[in-house]
Amino acid sequence: MTEPLLKVRGLKIGATAYPPGEKPVAIKIVHGVDFDLEAGKVLGLIGESGAGKSTIGLAAMAYGRGGVEITGGEVWVNGRNILKENLRNLRRLRGAEVTYVSQSAAASFNPAKKIMEQVTEAAIFQNKFTKSEAEARAIELFAKLGLPDPETIGNRYPHQVSGGQLQRCMTALALCPEPDLVVFDEPTTALDVTTQIDVLAAIKEAIVATGVAALYITHDLAVVAQVSDHIMVLQQGDMVEYGTVDQIINHPQEDYTKALVSVRSIDHQEKTPTDTPVLRVENVTARYQGTNFDVLKNINVDIHPGQTLAVVGESGSGKSTLARVITGLLPPSDGQITFDGRVLNPELATRPIEDLREMQMIYQMADTAMNPRQTVGTIIGRPLEFYFGLKGKAKQKRIQELLDEIELGDGFQDRYPAELSGGQKQRVCIARALAAKPKLIICDEVTSALDPLVADGILKLLLNLQKIEDVAYLFITHDLATVRAIADSIAVMYQGKVVRYGPKSQVLAPPFDDYTDLLLSSVPEMKIGWLEETIESRRMESAGN
Amino acid sequence: MHPILKLIAQRLALGLLLLLAASVLIFAGTSILPGDVAQSILGQSATPEALANLRRELGLNDPAVTRYFSWLGGVLQGDLGTALTNGRDIAESLGGRLKNTLFLAFWAAAISVPLAIFLGLLAVRYKDRWPDKLISAVTLTTISIPEFMIGYVLIYWVAIKWRMFPSVAIINDSMTLGAKLNAIAIPVMVLTLVVLAHMMRMTRAAILNVMQSAYIETAELKGLGMLKIIRKHAFPNAIAPIVNVVMLNLAYLVVGVVVVEVVFAYPGMGQYLVDHVSKRDVPVVQACGLIFAAVYIGLNLIADIVSILANPRLRHPK
Amino acid sequence: MKNIPISAMIGLFFTGIYFLMAVFAPWIAPYGMAEVVGDVWEPSSSEFLLGTDSIGRDLLSRMIYGGQTTIFIATAATILSFTLGSVMGFFAAVSGGWVDQTLSRFVDLIMSIPSLIFALVVLSVMPTTVPILILLMGLLDSTRVFRLARAVAVDITVMDYVEAARLRGEKIGWIIFRETLPNALSPLVAEMGLRFIFAVLFVSTLSFLGLGVQPPQADWGGIVKENKEGINYGIQAALYPAYAIATLCISINLVADWILNRTTSLKGGRG
Repeated sequence: MTEPLLKVRGLKIGATAYPPGEKPVAIKIVHGVDFDLEAGKVLGLIGESGAGKSTIGLAAMAYGRGGVEITGGEVWVNGRNILKENLRNLRRLRGAEVTYVSQSAAASFNPAKKIMEQVTEAAIFQNKFTKSEAEARAIELFAKLGLPDPETIGNRYPHQVSGGQLQRCMTALALCPEPDLVVFDEPTTALDVTTQIDVLAAIKEAIVATGVAALYITHDLAVVAQVSDHIMVLQQGDMVEYGTVDQIINHPQEDYTKALVSVRSIDHQEKTPTDTPVLRVENVTARYQGTNFDVLKNINVDIHPGQTLAVVGESGSGKSTLARVITGLLPPSDGQITFDGRVLNPELATRPIEDLREMQMIYQMADTAMNPRQTVGTIIGRPLEFYFGLKGKAKQKRIQELLDEIELGDGFQDRYPAELSGGQKQRVCIARALAAKPKLIICDEVTSALDPLVADGILKLLLNLQKIEDVAYLFITHDLATVRAIADSIAVMYQGKVVRYGPKSQVLAPPFDDYTDLLLSSVPEMKIGWLEETIESRRMESAGN
Repeated sequence: MHPILKLIAQRLALGLLLLLAASVLIFAGTSILPGDVAQSILGQSATPEALANLRRELGLNDPAVTRYFSWLGGVLQGDLGTALTNGRDIAESLGGRLKNTLFLAFWAAAISVPLAIFLGLLAVRYKDRWPDKLISAVTLTTISIPEFMIGYVLIYWVAIKWRMFPSVAIINDSMTLGAKLNAIAIPVMVLTLVVLAHMMRMTRAAILNVMQSAYIETAELKGLGMLKIIRKHAFPNAIAPIVNVVMLNLAYLVVGVVVVEVVFAYPGMGQYLVDHVSKRDVPVVQACGLIFAAVYIGLNLIADIVSILANPRLRHPK
Repeated sequence: MKNIPISAMIGLFFTGIYFLMAVFAPWIAPYGMAEVVGDVWEPSSSEFLLGTDSIGRDLLSRMIYGGQTTIFIATAATILSFTLGSVMGFFAAVSGGWVDQTLSRFVDLIMSIPSLIFALVVLSVMPTTVPILILLMGLLDSTRVFRLARAVAVDITVMDYVEAARLRGEKIGWIIFRETLPNALSPLVAEMGLRFIFAVLFVSTLSFLGLGVQPPQADWGGIVKENKEGINYGIQAALYPAYAIATLCISINLVADWILNRTTSLKGGRG
C-alpha cells in the first residue's frame, strides 16, 4: 500500500487564553485526532462551532492561527512529518504543496493589489511556474470556475467583483500552484444560497478536473455530502465518527451523527387561516432616508392569530426592513398596517404602550440583544415591571415561571448574559418577549447564528410556546429548512417585493415562479449526488428554453 | 471628472471653509468676549478719555462684523495690521520668525518621523517581547512629561553638566547651517522626544492593525517570508494610516514649538506670540493664531487627501 | 483588593499621596507659601529639605502649595470638561439628526485650532484669574470628551438591546442611564484620567508661559518659570516641580490603564 498524501496521528492542538487581570490559561482545542487522506480524494471535516475543524485544517499546513499552537502528534505530508520541519522548509510547503481557501475571500484578498497578481503570486514565488505560465494557468482556472471574462477579470481589484466571484478567485488562487492538497475552510458559508450552489459546483468541478486532494471543512452536512469521498464528524476536539459519505449520511452509527443527519426534520402541520388576521400589511412601500429607491415595494401580507408567517429571502431582499416598518422604526412612505383590528401609527414614538406591548421582537444576535450589564432577572423582569407594574415577590415568581417555560430552570436569575451559551441567550430573549404577553412576536433570523442542533431546540421551543400562549410569529429567515419546520404561511421576498405568498403547502408546491424555483432548488439536500442532479436539470432547462 | 478628483476638490473646499470659520472664531475670541482690548492695554487706572481715544483709534466703536471683514480683507491681501505695542507692521516682523519656526520644526520632523516609524516597526517585529515593552514604557513616560520639563532636564544635563550644546538657541541669518544646527540641537531633541512617543505608538497600532488582516494570513500561507509580506502586502495598506499618524503629530509639533521656543529663547513665531499675549497686543495674537490654525488645518487636510489617494476602492471605482 | 497589579498599586499610591498633600497642604507645609525664610537658592538641608527658591522661599512648602493649586485647577477643569462633554456627547448621540450634526460640526471647528493657541488667543484679552483658567480649560477640553462620549454612545445605541428598549416604549432617561451609561462607563473613566493629565500639563504650560496662575500664588508650572534661571548655574530647583508633574501624570496613567482593563473583564463586561 502506498503512503497516503496526508497522514495525521494523535494531533493535539491548544491555545493560551489571556483573561485580563488573571494568569494565562492553557486551553485544549483538539485532543488527539487520527486520519489519512489519499491523493486525489476529498475528506469532509464536519462539526459545530468549537469542534476544532478549522484548526485541524490549518494544522495540515503546520499553521496555528493567532495564539493557537500544535502541542503534539504527527502530521505527515508527502512522507515528511511537517511538525518537525523548520520554518524555511514549511514555507516551501505552504503555497506549493498545500494551499488554503478561507471563508471570507473578501478579507483574504489584499485590497490594494490586482486579483491576477495575488492569484499567481504563490506559483511564481515557489518557482512552480514562470509569470506567463502562471497567468495562463490562472486564466484557465478562471474559465473552469465559471468566472465571467476569464481573460480580463484578473486585472480587476478585489472590491470590483462580487462576493461569489471572489470566492471562486480564491479557489483559483489555491489551485494555481498545482498543489497536492487544498484546505477549503467553509468556502461557501458566507454566501447566499443561490450563489452557494454555483460556487459549490465550480469548486467540485475544479477539484475533479485537477485531481487535487482536499480537506473540506464545513458545519453543513448537506454541503459536505456533495463534495467529499469520506467524512469525519468532530465534536469539541474529538473525532466522533469517520466513514464514507454513504456510511455517514445513510447509516450513521453514533447518536451525535444521527442528530446531525436528522436536523431540521421537525414536522409541522400547517394551520388553516382564520377570518381576522392579527396583523395586516397593506400596500406598504418604504425607503431609507437619503436614498432614492424603495427597499419595500407594495407589500401585502397577513398574519393570523396563533400562526406563523415565514418571510424568506436572501440578503438585500428587504425582509428585515419589513420588520422595521412593522415595529415603527422605519415609517413607510405609503400603505398602512392594521394590528388586532386597529390601524397602527406609522411612527414608533406615537404608538400607545399597549400596541408596543402586544408586539415583541427577538433578534438574530442574542449577544447584542441583551444589555451585558444586566442580569437575566433584570432583563426578563423589566417588561413585567414596565407593562404590568409587577414588583417584589410577584415579579420574582413570574420570572421563574418564564424561565421554566423556556426550559432554563433555577439559578439563572442572577447570571449575566456573558455566562450563558448561545442557545441559552436566545432562550432568555424569548422569555423577555413572552413576558409582555404579546399577540405577535417578530423573530428576525433568530436561529441563523446558532449551531444546527441548538437551532433545532429553539425552533421546537418556539412551536411549543405558540401552542401554549397562542402567539403569532412573523418569522424572518433566509433558511428554507427553518421555513419548512415552522411556517403556516410563507412570503418569498426578492428585491423588495413579495414574489410568492400563501399557505405553506401552496407556496412549496409547483408550479413555481422562476425565483422561488431557483431558491428552493438551491438548498442543499442531505442526499448524495444532489448537486449533480440539480446542476444537470438546470442545464437541461436552460437548453430547453 | 474622476470621482477621486471630485472628492479631493470637496476636501479642499471643506478645508478652506474650516479655515474661514477658524478665522471667525479667532476674531470672535478676541472681540466678542467680555474683555475690553482698550482697557486691557491701558490697565485699570486709565482715564475715560484715554480709553475713548484708543477705542476710536482701534476702530472698536464699529460693529464687530465690520471690523472682522476689514481684518479679513487685509489678511487676504497679506496685510496683517500693525502691532499695538511698537507700531510695526506685523507681516514684516512675522516673516523672519515664521522662517525660523519652520526651520526648527523641519529638523525636528526630519529626525522624529523616520525614527518613530523605525521604532514602531521594531515594536511590531518584537511584539510583546522586551524591545516592545521597553519602547512602550519609555513612551508612556514621555507622554506624561510637559515639553518644558524635557527642555530643562536636557539643558541641565546636556548643556550645563556635559557642555555639549548651547542652552540658548539664538540664530540669525549670518550663521552657517552648521552653526544654526548646533544652536538648535537641544530644542530639536526636545521636540523629537515630545512627538516621538505619540507617533511611535500610533504607528505601532496602525501597522499591527494591518498585520492582523486576513490577507496577511493568506500571504503567510503562500509561504512568503516576513520581509516580503511586509513589503508587498502590509506596506501598501499601511501607508495611509502612517501618513495620517505623521501629519497628526506634525500638527502637534506645531503647538509644541510654542513652548520650546520660549524655553530656549528661540526667535520664532511661538515666542513672538507668547510675548504679545502677555502684552495684550491683540492684532499680533490674531495674526499668529490664524497662521498656527492654518498650518494645523493644512496638515490635517494633507492627511485626509493622502488617505483618499491611497484607498484602492476610491482609486479604482467599480 | 488582592488582584491589583503592581503597576496600578504604585499608581494608586502616588496619586493618593499627591491628593492628600494637596488637601492638607497648610498642615504639611513647613513654612508659608510666600514666606521668605532664607537666602536665594540655598541647597537642601535639614532646615529646607529641597532648598530655597529664587527669592529665598522654602521650595518644599512652595511645591506643596503649588501642588494644591495645580491639582485643584486640573480637577475642577476635568469635572467641567467631563460633565459638559459627556452630557452633550450622549445627548448628540441619542438625539441624532440635526442636533447631532450641529454639535459635532461646532466641535470639529473648535478642534481645528490647537487648544494652546486658542487659549493664548483668548487669554490675550481676558484677565488670567483662576476661575477663568478653569472655565477656559474645561470648555476647550470638553470638545475631546464630547467626541469620545458621542462615539461610545453611538456604538452602544446601535446595539439591539437599545432598540429593544425603544420598542418596549422606554423613555429617553431610562435609555441613557440604564442601557447606555453603564456600558460607556469604563472607556469614559479611563478617559477621565487622561483628561486630568492633560489639564495638569495644560495649566502648568500656561503658568510656565506666564499666562496661567499669577505670582505670588504658587503652582508647579509657575515654580519652573520662577527658578528657570538657576538651571544655568546647575541649580535643580526648576526641575523638582517638573518631576512632580511627571510622577503624578505617570501614576494616573497607570491607574487609568488598570481601570480600563479591569472593567472590561468584569462579569458581564464587554468580551
